[in-house]
Amino acid sequence: MTVQELPGAGASHRSTQPPAWSPRTDAAPLLPDPEPYRVLGTEAADRLDPELMRRYYAELVRGRRYNAQATALTKQGRLAVYPSTVGQEACEIAAALVLEDQDWLFPSYRDTLAAVARGLDPVQALTLLRGDWHTGYDPREHRIAPLSTPLATQLPHAVGLAHAARLRGDDVVALAMVGDGGTSEGDFHEALNFAAVWQAPVVFLVQNNGFAISVPLAKQTAAPTLAHKAVGYGMPGRLVDGNDIAAMHEVLTEAVRRARSGGGPTLIEAVTYRMEAHTNADDATRYRGDAEVEAWKAHDPVDLLERELTARGIIDEAAIQAVREDAEVMAAALREGMNADPVVDPMDLFAHVYAEQTDRLREQAAMLRAELEAEDQA
Amino acid sequence: MAQALTRAMRDAMAEDPTVHVMGEDVGTLGGVFRITDGLAKEFGEERCTDTPLAEAGILGAAVGMAMYGLRPVVEMQFDAFAYPAFEQLISHVAKMRNRTRGAMPLPITIRVPYGGGIGGVEHHCDSSEAYYVATPGLTVVTPATVEDAYGLLRASIASDDPVVFLEPKRLYWSKADWRPEAPTVVPGIGKALVRRAGTSATLITYGPSLPVCLEAAEAAREEGWDLEVVDLRSLVPFDEQTVVESVRRTGRAVVVHEAGGFGGPGAEIAARVTERCFHHLEAPVLRVTGFDIPYPPPMLEKHHLPGVDRILDTVARLQWEN
Repeated sequence: MTVQELPGAGASHRSTQPPAWSPRTDAAPLLPDPEPYRVLGTEAADRLDPELMRRYYAELVRGRRYNAQATALTKQGRLAVYPSTVGQEACEIAAALVLEDQDWLFPSYRDTLAAVARGLDPVQALTLLRGDWHTGYDPREHRIAPLSTPLATQLPHAVGLAHAARLRGDDVVALAMVGDGGTSEGDFHEALNFAAVWQAPVVFLVQNNGFAISVPLAKQTAAPTLAHKAVGYGMPGRLVDGNDIAAMHEVLTEAVRRARSGGGPTLIEAVTYRMEAHTNADDATRYRGDAEVEAWKAHDPVDLLERELTARGIIDEAAIQAVREDAEVMAAALREGMNADPVVDPMDLFAHVYAEQTDRLREQAAMLRAELEAEDQA
Repeated sequence: MAQALTRAMRDAMAEDPTVHVMGEDVGTLGGVFRITDGLAKEFGEERCTDTPLAEAGILGAAVGMAMYGLRPVVEMQFDAFAYPAFEQLISHVAKMRNRTRGAMPLPITIRVPYGGGIGGVEHHCDSSEAYYVATPGLTVVTPATVEDAYGLLRASIASDDPVVFLEPKRLYWSKADWRPEAPTVVPGIGKALVRRAGTSATLITYGPSLPVCLEAAEAAREEGWDLEVVDLRSLVPFDEQTVVESVRRTGRAVVVHEAGGFGGPGAEIAARVTERCFHHLEAPVLRVTGFDIPYPPPMLEKHHLPGVDRILDTVARLQWEN
């Protein structure tokens, strides 16, 4: 039985005809391609800009070294925790490098590498994870929002900031990063809807790295791809190989350009893989097999670019060596910066709760001060 | 009171181009209570914006706008409709100043019509203040008079900190000899006021319960009680000095509010008064609150809300005998 055959479904039962309804139509294609967009290893690589690719290569190698150094710092007890982006460096770096100075980056807790690639001092970027304060930098100075630990909650902030900038007539784009798990959160959906309704200059970058801690994508969503989620909100969805930094660059650049020119938001799903555990506190062997990890190793973002650039004569062994040495310098500086014991002031506990200290906090601050003085005298 | 709130937003928007009003139905309709009436017409839809219906999105977007230097004034249509925005409120709005060591304060005003007494059906009458006062970083104010509706809302919008501005729904239609062309200057956020001087006990209250307490104080005269009534006006910061001075004068105190008693603001206030006034007290600090129940259906709400009789019965218990 079809709907039309159901009793009462016929138009003759209506006392009046409903008014005509017409769907909104948009010429812009919303549906993502069925396969992730790729450049490296395809004909599209013929148009690579050698200068840009050398820059990306150097940043990828530095990014990989940064990940290794940060992980080592957790083992030395210098970082409380570190969520690695080994395997995801292409997403992190492209996200940072496609932005202009005046643009804003909205990272999640996993995206310290993007913040570093945007120029933030690594020690400042790692303050949250070291534990001496929550945000180790002035967000306005760097135009990097505080690293967000609650999932997807920074996405509506990106929308509001981009909307406010446009209201003021400023040329600002906001790029907001979220993981595959974060796309299940309500704030993800509300942010996309607001951005599309307001035509806000925002780019949403989903790094689909396969797992939300231990839960695989198949248990996270029934959608064909996460990029498909864009369609329902009325914005383009793009599917891209997140390990192909040339593809990431093209897709992100196009989305940023669309946002900047008033074309509204874009949702990008970068298909990538988290090579290491969720954090050093996680045991990835409980939820995935070696074969899967090995298969992704063959599709490593640094190797992909290195092979392409070497084959095309854009870099040679000497250039690779120089890049690696440069990364070692960065790692040494990071080690040195992190090995200095951070100076924390207990009175900071009360300093930044309100613009004006409340009586209650003044009393509690006095109590702590007395405790500290007693400790000093003991 | 409704007109005073509207006027406060209008004046703030006229003086400061960074003030933006946003929420569901605030534009063309002027809000379901008409509190934003005329603002979209006068300042344009960019400054008084009808948003999609999603409270987390509304408040989350306001966070981003405030990060960029605007002063958003957000309307949460009813108390219980604000709950989807709690994560934004608690994890971001309340903490952004602290997370960034003061580099990024968020001057957002969150207007929440709250409380009962208007015959609203369920999810329209919650007294949600305990949730807000338990969150460090939030300022929480609630006007009980027309002057305060204007003055406290102006102060809230001007504040560099996020303010939860609780509007007692049942006082929206309360009238006063208030001249919007020359608003009375009222004390700012964080100052309680003695609304009625008295000698035999202090009623400590706020928001929708203030008129009830004033009525009870009048009625108590027949019983020989001369009640002082303190209107807190601001729950965070809490004006301990005014409250303590009053209770030390009278020696007896009753806290009155609509919210449930267990874990309600009255519990905190009673504890503080006890700590600070122990030797001045002739009786334990008592509380008159809503029952510890989900807000009842409209036909039963009169049994739930603290009324004059319940306040008088409690005041009578202050004649303490061991």
